Amino acid sequence: MRINPDVSRVLHVDMTTGKAQILDFDSRARHMGGSGLAAALYEAYGTPSAPWDDPTEPIIFAIGPLTGLFPVMTKVVCGFRSPHTGQWTESHAGGRLGLSLRFAGYDALMITGRASALSALEVGSRSMQVHNVHYLRGRGVFGTGRELRRIGRHMSGHRSTMRIGPAGENGLSFACINVDSFRHFGRLGSGAVMGSKNLKGVVVTGDGAFELPGGDSKALNKLYKDSFMEVTSTSKMKKYHDLGTPENLEPLNELRALPWRNLQATSDPAISTVTGKYLAEEYLLRKAACAGCPVGCIHIANLRQQFGEDHEYLYKQVSYDYELIFAQGTMLGLSDPQDILPVLDETESCGLDSMTTGVALAWATEALAKGIISEEETLVPLQFGEVDGYLKALRLLTNAPNEFWHTLGRGGANAAAKKYGGEDFACVLGGQEMAGYATGEAYYVSHALGFRHSHLDSGGYSYDQSDKPKDAQKASDFLVSDERDRVIINSMVGCMFARKEYSLERMQECLHVAGFTALSDTLAQAGTDMQHLRWKLKFDTGFVPEEQTIPKRFMEVTNWKGQADPVYLQDLRNTYTNAIRTMAGAQGALE
Amino acid sequence: MKLLSAAHLDRCIGCHSCSLACARLVHKQFSWNTAGIRIKSAGGLSRGFEASICLGCDPAACASACPTDALSQRSGGGIKFKRDLCLQCGKCAKACPVEAIYLDSEHNPYVCVHCGRCISFCPHNCLELREVPDREPDRADDTSAHSTDSLSLPTSSADTEPPHAH
Ligand code: SF4
Ligand code: SF4
Ligand code: SF4
Repeated sequence: MRINPDVSRVLHVDMTTGKAQILDFDSRARHMGGSGLAAALYEAYGTPSAPWDDPTEPIIFAIGPLTGLFPVMTKVVCGFRSPHTGQWTESHAGGRLGLSLRFAGYDALMITGRASALSALEVGSRSMQVHNVHYLRGRGVFGTGRELRRIGRHMSGHRSTMRIGPAGENGLSFACINVDSFRHFGRLGSGAVMGSKNLKGVVVTGDGAFELPGGDSKALNKLYKDSFMEVTSTSKMKKYHDLGTPENLEPLNELRALPWRNLQATSDPAISTVTGKYLAEEYLLRKAACAGCPVGCIHIANLRQQFGEDHEYLYKQVSYDYELIFAQGTMLGLSDPQDILPVLDETESCGLDSMTTGVALAWATEALAKGIISEEETLVPLQFGEVDGYLKALRLLTNAPNEFWHTLGRGGANAAAKKYGGEDFACVLGGQEMAGYATGEAYYVSHALGFRHSHLDSGGYSYDQSDKPKDAQKASDFLVSDERDRVIINSMVGCMFARKEYSLERMQECLHVAGFTALSDTLAQAGTDMQHLRWKLKFDTGFVPEEQTIPKRFMEVTNWKGQADPVYLQDLRNTYTNAIRTMAGAQGALE
Repeated sequence: MKLLSAAHLDRCIGCHSCSLACARLVHKQFSWNTAGIRIKSAGGLSRGFEASICLGCDPAACASACPTDALSQRSGGGIKFKRDLCLQCGKCAKACPVEAIYLDSEHNPYVCVHCGRCISFCPHNCLELREVPDREPDRADDTSAHSTDSLSLPTSSADTEPPHAH
């Protein structure tokens, strides 16, 4: 196969008819790949006025021009209309999906329509088939993965298996898509979008091969080697492969910026058994990597559980990282990995986004303690630090046996708080439950108003940690320019952990030697254009920045800087709102 | 005589850097399949990884099966490959008892030539070139005693290691 440097090759599958089409989608010089490609495809094929679960609405899995060609270019962008917010959004995941799509020969897989029976989709470089998998109805993520691996078994190791659990089938607005057991399109409900298409799983087989692109193999090989050496032999990536992101638990706890018990505290001595070091020394079984990444940041814990007398044990492999330990550990008052890991495992099996689930359950726990709701609603006792209630709650959330659980599962803590009260302490920033950083104003505003309502939209949390003066214009400018840089790397599609290795110039060089010369020239402008397009699509699908809330709890939090400054926060909010409104209305220079 | 050995594959993180390097440097391709070494999962990521590589047989069943001289015995084990003599019949891949030969969509065979260029791209030092002592070829009837068509041995690290590795 040959890579076309000018257009993206898209496989468009219509689940209603079971047929697929190949599109040569114009032009890479404008949409780049990944994040930009997903947005450009939605611009061309989506209907912003339709509801998120309209069968014609696409879910898009997009890689970029550099996927697999250079180290740590491993990620896939999933673009979809979020059931949590209704708006156009993205979630990112790795595993083997990036390289599988690459060697299947597609820059993107776009899925529309709705199958008449529960289905699994199989795609490869010379194959496309829809399988009826009605027998997987209600099956958990792990069992489903085992069954789906029967498809394309001969390509074991060179294929990727995406699937949803019962949460996705049941339409929970924060159901995730599991990728290759340990990675996820976690946030904002892509799993429910697959469920709405009656699509239980997707198996992508990377069974093709390309001639080396670009025509100058010497230059390509040299640049690959240089990049490889940089990511493997410098200290920059050490923190990701050593203890991994859980390394941050201890310092953030020390800074009083780690949320505990629904953000009622930001530090706790109980941290000693949930530090990155403790987890690595006591529980780490091994590490794994996304295909194409020599760093290997996936940390897998060995959970050994006794299930009967007479020394009856079972063991499970549970992946963990900072955000999971925060959301389903400290946020729920759990500090023993022997409690946290089973919660993570059960969450995975249900197919729920761990972060939103943890924060939503933390709200329910406090609401119950305050008498805003009763056990009539929760059906089980929920108490910080008590794991049994949480394990049961995960199934209740997934299966929604009463109105309370139904509401919490469709809209999260915000939806439930609107109905029952307790909005002040629902730790939701704008459209989505918080990530694990109680760092201050820039993070609160960037999460509440950000494109993905995520700590990953821009480095607001690190901005808070630097000693910058309270200058709303400067902070807003930082959020805008940092977001643009991230849009570009998320369009190549590189892992965010390698963003320091891949400067704009380095990415242009990579594109150039790989033959994407037009895109190499337009890269900076294309980044700006796609940033603007993403904002336009977000507004077109219903985003109103003025309506995004930053609950009172965030203003009460005390961290190492003291409390958030409401005047500065409002100032930053106004300035940033103007900035994103301007971006959404801007005309793309490359149109 | 040196042979590539996946001696420490139990350290493998499944990054595929080795396969990508072999495809890029030896075969001038961008691929994770058309390479002398290929990494498989043992059944989902939760079970670790296995490598498909040539064990360096002498006599080499693949070379015996080759109807032209595209694949020929390399002294000391393994084979030499001459692409221009290859008919793309695929017999070599069928003959290899450990499925070390990959056929692309046009039935071109890809097999390790024990050059060692992948080694420096493994971040966990799973791979090495091992000196194998000169030895008499194994008796051909020892290998032909098995029906190699139906034999598919596992290729985990333990199985690809020479006995002295532990
Ligand atoms: S390719 Fe297979 S049969 Fe041929 S020498 Fe290698 S291991 Fe032996
Ligand atoms: S030793 Fe050479 S031929 Fe064999 S897998 Fe490594 S790079 Fe490829
Ligand atoms: S380079 Fe090393 S760690 Fe990576 S897949 Fe190959 S053997 Fe495994």
